[in-house]
Amino acid sequence: MPRRLGLRAIALGYLLVILLAPLGMVFYRTFQHGLEPVWRVLSDHYTVHAFEITLIATALAVPLNTVFGVLCALAIVRRRFRGKGLLNAFIDLPLAVSPVVIGLALYLLYGRTGWFGPWLQAHGIQVLFALPAIVLATIFVSVPFVAREVIPVLREQGNEQEQAAATLGASRWQRFWRITLPSIRWAVIYGVILTTARCLGEYGAVAVVSGRIEGKTETATTLIDDMIQNFQNGDAYAVAVVLAAIAVLVLVLMTVTRPKEAL
Amino acid sequence: MSIEIRNVTKRFGSFLALDDVSLQIPDGSLTAVLGPSGSGKSTLLRIVAGLEQPDAGEILLSGEEATAVSPQRRDVGFVFQHYAAFKHMTVRDNVAFALTIRKRPKQEIRDRVEELLELVQLQGFADRYPSRLSGGQRQRMALARALAAKPRVLLLDEPFGALDARVRAELRDWLRRLHEEVHVTTVFVTHDQEEAMEIADRVAVFDHGRLEQVGAPAELYDTPASEFVLRFVGDAVRLGSALVRPHEIVLRRWPSDGAVEVEIERIAVLGADARVELSDGDGDRLSARLRRDEFEDLDLTRGEIVWATASASHRDAKAQQTLR
Repeated sequence: MPRRLGLRAIALGYLLVILLAPLGMVFYRTFQHGLEPVWRVLSDHYTVHAFEITLIATALAVPLNTVFGVLCALAIVRRRFRGKGLLNAFIDLPLAVSPVVIGLALYLLYGRTGWFGPWLQAHGIQVLFALPAIVLATIFVSVPFVAREVIPVLREQGNEQEQAAATLGASRWQRFWRITLPSIRWAVIYGVILTTARCLGEYGAVAVVSGRIEGKTETATTLIDDMIQNFQNGDAYAVAVVLAAIAVLVLVLMTVTRPKEAL
Repeated sequence: MSIEIRNVTKRFGSFLALDDVSLQIPDGSLTAVLGPSGSGKSTLLRIVAGLEQPDAGEILLSGEEATAVSPQRRDVGFVFQHYAAFKHMTVRDNVAFALTIRKRPKQEIRDRVEELLELVQLQGFADRYPSRLSGGQRQRMALARALAAKPRVLLLDEPFGALDARVRAELRDWLRRLHEEVHVTTVFVTHDQEEAMEIADRVAVFDHGRLEQVGAPAELYDTPASEFVLRFVGDAVRLGSALVRPHEIVLRRWPSDGAVEVEIERIAVLGADARVELSDGDGDRLSARLRRDEFEDLDLTRGEIVWATASASHRDAKAQQTLR
């Protein structure tokens, strides 16, 4: 068994150095001087507002991308249509392109000289440097996760169960709610958790389009960056810890919800 | 409910799955659709259920045009080869499905499910999930599920294909008895001629998307309409220029008109019958099936030369002619 032990040591050692050490450091630095300074930072008006913005964007992006992801997966697996390969490739675009580039693209589209910019300005709708841009950026970067989780499960299941349901008298709607959705539920839940994690942690695209106006368009991640820029490292740690704690919670949820055989 | 298939044609890309097929299935009958894989038999069943649309032709159910009717309105029960069990539901919920979506009263559903579970002998399994049932049990569950809403037609697509030989034989008997009890028009698809001959009152033989012959099992065996049917339904061997059944071969120790000289290669005694494997002058092998007493009278031994003729006297002369 020395070889297997070696493999395990490499895997765990790698994770320790790359993932756990920095994370542990953040926790350590945050609580170095006790809870009081942490609480002071977290209860600060600007911090609370930044978390609100992050949560609003997440609360909009997750349901939208869940519905879109499930529909996309169904279309890709069950339907034959022109441009299917293209759709399949496009879903992965947000993973392939750097979030900063996505942010820049949104900036150009909704900016004063972009395609949508002038029209929006004429109608008094503020997208850039406001909540809509943050929400759009968050939606964009979190598109792939639900679809990517659901597609392989749908492929594996085939559609015999739906055909059986049809011959038993179930309408399209009944087949979806009673057969399709229950049989992909783990994949959907898993996808939702990953999407949520991605939305909460989004920085790059949001940093470009939000304008980072303190107390207005600052999100939790951009706030951390600002704090570091202003040498408020202690404050940055406190906010980072909350994000890290949410991430850990998400991981735990993922492990608990994942069906045993999938591990 | 009677089923009428009129001039149905179906293509998948360049593959012709069904070629102008017409077939009538009388009300209350138990019909087997028999053919090798790729003969179009499953496609035909799926078209009757509405799971596939024909490219041409029509389907009439109880004399009414039903080609464009969706599967959920055709009132058919369909049983799939691989069960298509609803994995996330218990056996009870699986069987109750058709009634649940029709929003029948709870008590009625409960009673009907009990009744069906008894019919398929799964009384003790109501709260299990399909993953904890054997293949035979899953297929019986699927049958109960298909029967729940009292369909007017029961369609079974290779229902026993995925099961082992013993369970298969059990379920065959059981399907036959079930049909006598429930009396719903039943069509089942199979590639196993023994299965078709044993269960069905009528057998429709398919090859390459064409209906070769339809009739009672004995009819197909005795008066096959084509060489394909002769070969596919029951065993057939080539003796000289003719195709015959192994039991039709008569062996003699002396030559006669039209007899073929053969050498005995192997002898196997199988209970009441004996199988004698022969090779003719060209090295082609064939096997004859003799009654045990006949065989013993002849006192054959391996390596002997004998003369073989066919006694196909009972077979229709016209059919013989088309075979040659």
